[in-house]
Amino acid sequence: MSVTAPKKLSLKERYRILTRGLDWTPTYQEPAKIFPHAEFEGIKIRDWDGFVDPFRLTMDSYWKYQAEKERKLYAVLDSFQQNNGQTAITDGRYVNVLKIFLTAITPGEYQAHRGFAMLGRQVPNVGLRIAAQMQSLDELRHAQTQIHSCSHYNKYFDGLHSFSYQHDRVWYLSVVKSFFDDARTSGPFEFLIAIGFSFEYVLTNLLFVPFMSGAAYNGDLSTVTFGFSAQSDESRHMTLGLEAIKFILEQHEDNAAIVQKWIDKWFWRGYRILAILAMMMDYMLPKRIMPWKDAWDIYFNEAGGALFGDLARYGIKMPNTAEVANKEAFRLSTETMLTFYQMGHASGFHSWLPSEDELKWLAEAYGPEWERLYLPRFKYFRELEAKGEHYYNPSLPQLCQVCQIPMFFTEPDDPTKICFRDTVYNGDRYHFCSDGCQHIFEGEPEKYVQAWLPVHQVMQGNCGGATIDEIRKYWRVEDGEDNYDYVGSPDETMWKSWQADRLKVGS
Amino acid sequence: MHIDIKAASLQQKRQAYKHLAKRFGEDRPASRYEEGTLDLAPEANFHYRPLWDADHELYDKTRSKITMKDWYALRDPRQFYYANYNITRAGQIESVEHNFDMVEKRGMLTAIPAEWVERITFYLLPLRHYEWGANMNNCQITALGHGTALTAPTCFAMGDRLGIAQLIGRIGLALASNNETALNAAKDAWVNHPDWQGVRKMVEDSLVLEDPMELFLAQNLALDGIVYPLVYGAFSRESDRRGGAAISFLCSFMNEWYEETGKWVDAVIKVAAAENDENKALLKSWFAIWEARAVAAFKPLSVAVLGAEAGAQAIADVEATLKARAAKLGIA
Repeated sequence: MSVTAPKKLSLKERYRILTRGLDWTPTYQEPAKIFPHAEFEGIKIRDWDGFVDPFRLTMDSYWKYQAEKERKLYAVLDSFQQNNGQTAITDGRYVNVLKIFLTAITPGEYQAHRGFAMLGRQVPNVGLRIAAQMQSLDELRHAQTQIHSCSHYNKYFDGLHSFSYQHDRVWYLSVVKSFFDDARTSGPFEFLIAIGFSFEYVLTNLLFVPFMSGAAYNGDLSTVTFGFSAQSDESRHMTLGLEAIKFILEQHEDNAAIVQKWIDKWFWRGYRILAILAMMMDYMLPKRIMPWKDAWDIYFNEAGGALFGDLARYGIKMPNTAEVANKEAFRLSTETMLTFYQMGHASGFHSWLPSEDELKWLAEAYGPEWERLYLPRFKYFRELEAKGEHYYNPSLPQLCQVCQIPMFFTEPDDPTKICFRDTVYNGDRYHFCSDGCQHIFEGEPEKYVQAWLPVHQVMQGNCGGATIDEIRKYWRVEDGEDNYDYVGSPDETMWKSWQADRLKVGS
Repeated sequence: MHIDIKAASLQQKRQAYKHLAKRFGEDRPASRYEEGTLDLAPEANFHYRPLWDADHELYDKTRSKITMKDWYALRDPRQFYYANYNITRAGQIESVEHNFDMVEKRGMLTAIPAEWVERITFYLLPLRHYEWGANMNNCQITALGHGTALTAPTCFAMGDRLGIAQLIGRIGLALASNNETALNAAKDAWVNHPDWQGVRKMVEDSLVLEDPMELFLAQNLALDGIVYPLVYGAFSRESDRRGGAAISFLCSFMNEWYEETGKWVDAVIKVAAAENDENKALLKSWFAIWEARAVAAFKPLSVAVLGAEAGAQAIADVEATLKARAAKLGIA
């Protein structure tokens, strides 16, 4: 054997040789011991080689592409810091969006990173493992670059200082944490459907629009540059999610029923998280992008409708709760906002009442039904504020056993009545905010009875004490700084001083 | 001479995230490595037990017998976070590309004697499967290890090992004029040749290890500590003598990578061993087992490549070097 002139190799062929060839069939250890998670969920795979690698990215190309993006991103971050880009945002209120982003979403990126590492180790197919490993690297990238892009804001604004610590403890953050814990404690296929498909594919635009378009609309150069930089990662993740679900469905007809159950579950779980994003879009971005309902129509009803049309040939249907989400669309942001407004003393970010102009914008977006139901409430809260009696709710809310959101959502067909559902399991009664959450519980009660519900934990004395002061200390929410209304906050004082300074002559 | 640009300076409220300031004992600016690493993984209040491991929490220190008061003591001296990791590797890959171009342009591979091409096919190319095992092992530690200080660098190592496996694959293609023949022959050797079976068995056994720290030590210190100096040191020197210097040239990334990564591996083991006597005893016993296995597994290959006497000497040399390294880490 000696070396002669090389033959021409197509990219596809080259990728196959450099990647698929890596695996071998183990004989010294049972494959089932090396890949112990592959079968317990009941998904049947006839032929793993049927998985088509969507990207054909070798590691050397990955390094090159990603390094180029990072060079550009960090150049912008450095410049943003050097030039105090935080003074150029539309309003100091905007930073509260970043507080939610860093405390709720960034730790979620981290969880996705670890979860895709699990997938990257556990699925018995080289192509899918590598795609999952690259996504694991990407998700670590997103966690770290988000921390870096928010770092400069943390030097000036409150509420960003203890994001990972708070993610493990604060009541509304347990909504997101339980979502990712749920996905990560599942098997590899459910994780793939939960995060790869339902979250990354079906709902990702609804996450990106409030945060990244929100950043673009509000002069936040740091975050929006991250957003643009992450876009190509995100499209890779979406592609993986879609390829994976098609592969699973094509492998065996029995898989469809399991996958449908997961789609129903993870659609609803993901949608419940979006409640806080709906609030951000409609109430927190100083410069609005579009009403929540429009985003929901464009990115779920239109895009999702086409997607589920495509999947119909496998026997997959639209999630069974999508109709409820549509019924809630006009009130979701408002019900959420009114809750956070009352919980301002127990939150790590500021809330505030909408201005007259903003109320007009909302009324136009949501129509007479919205005006009839909610304008009086805003008027009432405003009157209280005028008397110096901002309303804070001193009680602890009842939480839904599954999504962990306080029970403030209303009946699908009656927005004046709180929606309560309950079920008895092993002699205990469990409470839910919706039929969707109740069904999820009833599918796996042994899992959801384990939930770490913040309110129950407070009651059991596991959160630093019985008074709100003690609990805030446990959360590391600085009283009088991170919490209460934006009006009168240290953030507002600082922002106003920057604005005043802009117009001064000299220094 | 310098130009003085005046920029507005604003009063900062804090220098760093509070969990960092708490660790530092002062509010000082944090590096990007520190920001992107320290205290990042969830630590408390997990919601559900994993369906695949009901005996543990999702993030659980007790998956390892190693105990640490603070798992974030296991720092990476390279201070890698995603950006500088990728930028570093992208720079190195540029040199690799340059080397491949040069080797191709000058026909350096065609100059290698045919019988030595066969030897290279036999000793170097099957290592892409070894690297694939190392990729899976570092992936496993990333999924189940404790603390981001450990698991972010293992994630980078996971990417590195895929990169090295594919680099070996490219050499295999180049040696066979872009045909799959050499890689197929190498895979056959990996699966069937008696000289390779000790290595393959060892790799398969490592894939079922449950303790992430034992896996870390076995893969990244004991196994790599024999493989890299033997193959990219002793075998490469032999290759140079036999007209295959181009191969050493194409593998220069591996030498560079091993030297750089070794610093991280050493730092992790050294700190874990210094933490307490139980750790030290455990790491010592794991090292003794896996180091001995690696030596036994690679001895037939060393003999096959270098001859009986020189092969035995080479493996003895790399073993002595590794043992001296372990002694410095406190686990010999």
